[in-house]
Amino acid sequence: MRLLRIVPDDTKFDFMRFRRISFPISALLSILAIGLYFFHGLNFGIDFKGGLLMEVQSKTPVADLAKMRATLSALELGEVQLQQFGGPSNVLVRIAEQPGGDAAQQVAVQKVRGALGDSVEYRRVEVVGPRVSSELLSYGVVGLGLAIFGILIYLWFRFEWQFALGAMIANVHDIVLTIGFMSLTQIDFDLTSIAALLTILGYSLNDTVVIYDRIREMLRRYKKMPMAELLNGAVNQTLSRSVITHVTVTLALLALLIFGGQAIHSFAATMTFGVVLVGTYTSIFIAAPILIYLGVGRGGDALTRPESDKGK
Amino acid sequence: MLYFTRWKAAAIVLTALVVCLFAVPNFFPEETVNSWPKWAQRHLVLGLDLQGGSHILLEVDTNAVRKDKLEATRDDVRRVLRDARVGYTGLVVRGNSVEVRLRDEASSATALTKLRELAVPLGGLLGGTGQMSLNVTTEPGNLIRLTVSDAAILERVRQSVEQSIQIIERRVNELGTVEPLIQRQGADRILVQVPGLQDPTRLKELLGKTAKLDFRMVDTNTPVEQALQGRAPPESELLYSSTAPKTPYLIEKRVLVSGAELTDAQPGFDQRTSEPIVSFRFNTAGARKFAQATQENVGKPFAIVLDNEVISAPVIREPILGGSGQISGSFTVQSANDLSILLRAGALPAPLTIIEERTVGPGLGADSIAKGTMSAYVGAVLVIVFMFATYGIFGLFANIAVAVNVAMIFGVLSLLNATLTLPGIAGVVLTVGIAVDSNVLIYERIREEVRAGRSPINAIDAGFSRALATILDSNITTFIAAAVLFYIGTGPVRGFAVTLGIGIITTVFTAFTVTRLIVATWVRWRRPQHVPI
Repeated sequence: MRLLRIVPDDTKFDFMRFRRISFPISALLSILAIGLYFFHGLNFGIDFKGGLLMEVQSKTPVADLAKMRATLSALELGEVQLQQFGGPSNVLVRIAEQPGGDAAQQVAVQKVRGALGDSVEYRRVEVVGPRVSSELLSYGVVGLGLAIFGILIYLWFRFEWQFALGAMIANVHDIVLTIGFMSLTQIDFDLTSIAALLTILGYSLNDTVVIYDRIREMLRRYKKMPMAELLNGAVNQTLSRSVITHVTVTLALLALLIFGGQAIHSFAATMTFGVVLVGTYTSIFIAAPILIYLGVGRGGDALTRPESDKGK
Repeated sequence: MLYFTRWKAAAIVLTALVVCLFAVPNFFPEETVNSWPKWAQRHLVLGLDLQGGSHILLEVDTNAVRKDKLEATRDDVRRVLRDARVGYTGLVVRGNSVEVRLRDEASSATALTKLRELAVPLGGLLGGTGQMSLNVTTEPGNLIRLTVSDAAILERVRQSVEQSIQIIERRVNELGTVEPLIQRQGADRILVQVPGLQDPTRLKELLGKTAKLDFRMVDTNTPVEQALQGRAPPESELLYSSTAPKTPYLIEKRVLVSGAELTDAQPGFDQRTSEPIVSFRFNTAGARKFAQATQENVGKPFAIVLDNEVISAPVIREPILGGSGQISGSFTVQSANDLSILLRAGALPAPLTIIEERTVGPGLGADSIAKGTMSAYVGAVLVIVFMFATYGIFGLFANIAVAVNVAMIFGVLSLLNATLTLPGIAGVVLTVGIAVDSNVLIYERIREEVRAGRSPINAIDAGFSRALATILDSNITTFIAAAVLFYIGTGPVRGFAVTLGIGIITTVFTAFTVTRLIVATWVRWRRPQHVPI
């Protein structure tokens, strides 16, 4: 049987030279993403903004959005958003957080249930009060920070500080671009998005660590090889693995994206962007070449020596 | 790397097999599993997002606790000073303290000694903090200030949460739902999860009521009109009826008998009017108090007050000596039933506020299961085909290893009685990706070693030993992310973190053992002249 060979053996692409293009592009994209975040903003979901979210299924085959809108507007609950969700009979109702604290949210949900009555099936009802939403947001941000910090410490311990720093720059770059993507597409930003961001972080690092592992190995073996050549070698040698792994992950993610349904759609979309588009690019074009600037393993520092020599 | 002693190989196969076997109960219906021995019954629990149900987060109202504590302190001060015969001109609650102004300076020393006795050390038996519940200080102008410490309030909140959990358990169990989960969350919160509950309206009604029931006299000395003008006598207060139209009543603050002294409450029907009622029975002490009060007040109205609303205010026609009675007051069958549940369960020590509610209907849950499984199958098939196309027989080995891996994930999840959520299913799908990666790393390394000119067996051996270090490094980083997710996440997100975390562990395990064992066995059997990848 002839086996599928996506990447030929012994590729010799000059990835390092590409840094003169990839660094400015990444910097530009990052600035764009930050700009998007500040001027376009994220579409905060109910977890972080509080309020009411209901997924209802009309008992008629097609939901009458106009009628529903009129019924709900009459309740005077402020901004009411209706959106078709999944099928023609499914409607997502979003109502902004009510003034008057936690109890007011409960009053509102009773009103909505009363107004819609038995004309719909309640598939999902979520009510998040102001205190919980602000806590969830701070938990999310703290969690993201904590994860980056923990991974940094681990890499510092396992490699050298230059690698840890390089991985962190690559990491932050991933997160920034993904947040930019979320702002651009206005995907709901909720707890699941934080989960997606953390997974992207994990995956991208996974990739970076594989390449760094190879760089470290080569640094020990080829002490005289010029840095750019060495980094190129490491990336080229792991290229086949990078590509094959990403094809499999992409296949798994596409399955989630296409067959996973609405409930998981934004999660899968974010992951696809972060892992497939950004993660791989970052490991090859940012994480590896940045080591040139961070001064790794030149002139007999600790790294070029075998591990057993340490501490002598 | 390719040599396994016989017992080592057996240990690996046995471990993988046993872990996989723990997943078996999930494939049988609940009733069948229940007849199995206890240790074999462990199985996955479907999260509320998959099986449907209600998740409600409650918070104890700290301000109400504080207010109660301050008012109780004020009453204590009044009692202590009266007993010690110390005269005072003013006694008020101000901010976090109770202030009392003594009539003359001479009594100040006595008052201070007596009031200091009110302060008790905090921390119960352990008493580690050395803090007192009250801080008694004097100020010029014969003013004594008793400040309630924050620690005392916290202690009270903690106790309230504990008591509330017990009371909520009793209330929720009356709903007759399956396996409700009620647990403390943080310092002042209670999480209530009721699987299968579609409309939490009734649950919320049962949870949202403090259910503080009092029997008190109606103040007939002052006309209600005067109280409505804001001139209620200090020993009485203005309360309204619970049903529309809201009728005002002037009710004495003094409580004849409280709901805490009820032993039973049952819904029923009035024999004459056949309208729904709640009949109740007092304990011995309560019965005595109630008998005495009704004897003294024949012909006068008294009021049954629930959460500061007057349910009814009947006139006492004759002394009630038997210690039981009935409440009627425009009940429906449902509300009579609810009230008797609340009375039986007891009053909450402090009001609870619902701060988060998430309910998933059974339709959506079933949809999510179907879609989650569908995407898992599709993902698996795509990956299996791709791996086989890329690595041939070795791809097949990888697929076996990944299948073992997934079975082990479900085994561990069952062993932990973990909750499977929709993001959890996504976690499994992603683990398949990670698990495949470990095989890819190994195989690519073997390819490289072959190209470097090693013999097939040497290359396979070196490929394993070099790739495994990388696999460990890369998986630990992902594991850190999963651990953080588990730590910060709640509900579904935590479910994702759990499957991802377990998936990483099983991935590392299978890469180090199962894959290696399969390849080693194949090598021994075929003695390959070249590596077919």
